[in-house]
Amino acid sequence: MRRRAFLKTSAGAGIAAGTALTLGGFGKIWASASASMADKYDMVALMGGAPDAMFDLGIQEMGGMGAFVQKGQKVLIKPNMGWDVIPELAANTNPFLIKRIIEHCFKAGAKEVYVVDHTMDNWVNCYKNSGIERAAKSAGAKVVPGNSESYYHEIEIPGGTNLKSAKVHELLLETDVFINVPVLKDHNSVRMTCCLKNTMGLVWNRGYWHANNLNQCIADYALYEKKPALNVVDCYNVMVKHGPQGVSKEDVVAMKSLILTTDWVAADAAGAKMLGVPVEMIEYVPIAHKLGLGNMNLDSLKIKRIKM
Amino acid sequence: MTSPLLRRIRIVVSAVIFVCFFMIFIDLRHLIPADYIEKLMFLQFIPSFIKFYNLKTIATTGFILVLILTLISGRTYCSLLCPLGIGQDIFSRIGGRIKRKFRRYGYKKPFTVFRYILLIITLIVTMIWGINAITLLDPYSIFGRFMTYFAKPVVILINNLFANIIGNFDLYTISNIPVTGFKLAVYSIPAAFFILVGTLSLTKGRLYCNMICPVGTLLGLISRISIYRIKFDESACTRCGRCAIGCKSSCIDFLKYDVDITRCVDCFNCINICQDKALSYSAIKFRTKEPETDESKRKLIISSLFLLFGLSAKGFGQEKAAPKPKKDSSVKENKTFPVCPPGSVSIQDLNKWCTACSLCINACPNGVLEPAFNQYGFAGILQPVMNYHKSFCTYNCTVCTEICPTTALKPLVLEAKKLTQLGKTIFIKDNCIVKTEKTACGACSESCPTKAVYMIPYEGNLLIPEVNSDICIGCGHCEFACPTTPYKAIFVDGNEVHKAAKKPENKESEIKTPVEFPF
Repeated sequence: MRRRAFLKTSAGAGIAAGTALTLGGFGKIWASASASMADKYDMVALMGGAPDAMFDLGIQEMGGMGAFVQKGQKVLIKPNMGWDVIPELAANTNPFLIKRIIEHCFKAGAKEVYVVDHTMDNWVNCYKNSGIERAAKSAGAKVVPGNSESYYHEIEIPGGTNLKSAKVHELLLETDVFINVPVLKDHNSVRMTCCLKNTMGLVWNRGYWHANNLNQCIADYALYEKKPALNVVDCYNVMVKHGPQGVSKEDVVAMKSLILTTDWVAADAAGAKMLGVPVEMIEYVPIAHKLGLGNMNLDSLKIKRIKM
Repeated sequence: MTSPLLRRIRIVVSAVIFVCFFMIFIDLRHLIPADYIEKLMFLQFIPSFIKFYNLKTIATTGFILVLILTLISGRTYCSLLCPLGIGQDIFSRIGGRIKRKFRRYGYKKPFTVFRYILLIITLIVTMIWGINAITLLDPYSIFGRFMTYFAKPVVILINNLFANIIGNFDLYTISNIPVTGFKLAVYSIPAAFFILVGTLSLTKGRLYCNMICPVGTLLGLISRISIYRIKFDESACTRCGRCAIGCKSSCIDFLKYDVDITRCVDCFNCINICQDKALSYSAIKFRTKEPETDESKRKLIISSLFLLFGLSAKGFGQEKAAPKPKKDSSVKENKTFPVCPPGSVSIQDLNKWCTACSLCINACPNGVLEPAFNQYGFAGILQPVMNYHKSFCTYNCTVCTEICPTTALKPLVLEAKKLTQLGKTIFIKDNCIVKTEKTACGACSESCPTKAVYMIPYEGNLLIPEVNSDICIGCGHCEFACPTTPYKAIFVDGNEVHKAAKKPENKESEIKTPVEFPF
């Protein structure tokens, strides 16, 4: 019986891996998307509106969701919903923002939109109490569990210094477009969690990262070929201390902002400014910058700033 | 009454009860509310008795109703309400399918002396020593352990198989559930009982209930004066003996027109079997006596039993991903006490009242509870203990305290639970990644819901954990998250008696809402 279960699982894994290989060609789409962005803005930052309204305007400035999602594609949206707390405490991405992003994806012709996170707290509670499961489902997305190792598959990270391989969620391998939607927060040891750190929620064995130079591992993972086509940083309510979990609403400051960019290192640099932390102190950002994964010098970027 | 309806009603009611009990133990998605479980537990004899002993409220008088029910109707409890009894009926049926002989019982002599001695020993041990004899022999708790140790892993494996199949079709409505086993040693007692109860019920009907079960013996004693019982109509009986062959309790001596009422569980099979309508379920008048006959039959150990074992035992090994730092940690975690679950008040209280039914172990949505082997010593064998290497206690959860059928875990409102200190966190700096590897980590502080574990400046840009025991509630999330092996750099040392933690204080941030972009 167990042998049969094992065989079926491995057959399933084989199919998944095979699918992932054939889908590799879609990598070009990301390349073309960022190429068309070159003559536009590197980053769009908004302030003063509701999360969903800011996204409407921001994505328009970025050339519309159609620049990132093609008809018939499968989209993976990775929010931060790792904590069993209510939306007001801002430990998780704003559910209204997630909902609006999903709606834009479908409008751009997405075939399927998935939402997943490898949570810190009990996953059922996190999905429910973050409000994201309900918001995402109401917009027609599939909310997928990430609680069991069987959903994760081994990938190689060529060029990684400390992190040379990782087990990532199967949806990252099976989807065509990856949209990274972290919430900006203080972090107790690496001082900030934003775009680069959000990828830990797609990985199974993240304890390894903690044990093997967390900063280096975060940057190393960003070398992996499946990079986000778009990063949307939720800075509406920002946890400025006691992060990444928070204790009470005293930890939260309403910044009512949103950052959209294709450059996740730049997004993290902007996030650091929002938190008032020198970006050099968030060690994984300079490392990622040096690895050529993005540009942390905001002065050299073309940024559109919008106040609503 | 000679109506075949009696047996049908018995089967329907017992099937419903069995399904209900099966569901509360194998509630994979934790959907069943606590008050439903409480209602279901109301009529369970031993749990209700223990609860009544502790609380003395109307809502805990289920066992009195059971006694009254027995006085009126005989041991109907054993057929209708006892999940272990119903489970044995199912096994007997399976036994009959395997070999018809297993379902042809015939009259047997009762183990009168044995069963009453066992009942007396149970009572004496309980009064002098503690709850251990009841833990071992309470039928509900035995059933609970069977479900937890054997049935649930099988159901999870089936669930995962199904989840994997539909997962290939891009459907995620059924999620995979990680299978986690317990220490091999704790399987010994449930396994021994599974072999005992399983073999007896497969081949000998209700022999376990009529030889070992103290509840069965006690209710049998009371049913001696019950009003309704199975009776012979001597004028109608043709002495065909079919009733005796069909009697799961082997208690019908048709030659003497006698039904041993202390063993009869009122299954009503005999009423349906008897073609002459010589047996009826009716109010008492008088009885007769005469000599005895009959022979016993051979036992067989059924291979399928072992198949079930093999399956569940293999549920091990799929633990959460074990991270590995470069160096092994060197300092051993030195626990003075194990951590006992919220609501138990103290280790002593838990040991005193818990019958190890394992309902809490199943109900815990985080799977942090596991049966103790030697953590509490012999007095607490199989009782729930927190294993923070395996998981941690969810901050926003009080499920185990709500569902405990014996008040071993007393109800805690969420706000009280959040301030109940199960143990104190101890930080071992010499094991910590920040010190040994000189790299950032903070997994412990990240997980801490009260920020009892917080980070202070260390060398250079590094931060290292520090613990404020006053606001620590001993949830174990830090210990679980700590990536060092084989010993953790932070662990929870249990409080022998739970304490009250201080409420974490928090100040408004100095950072204000921005009016301009800072970049």
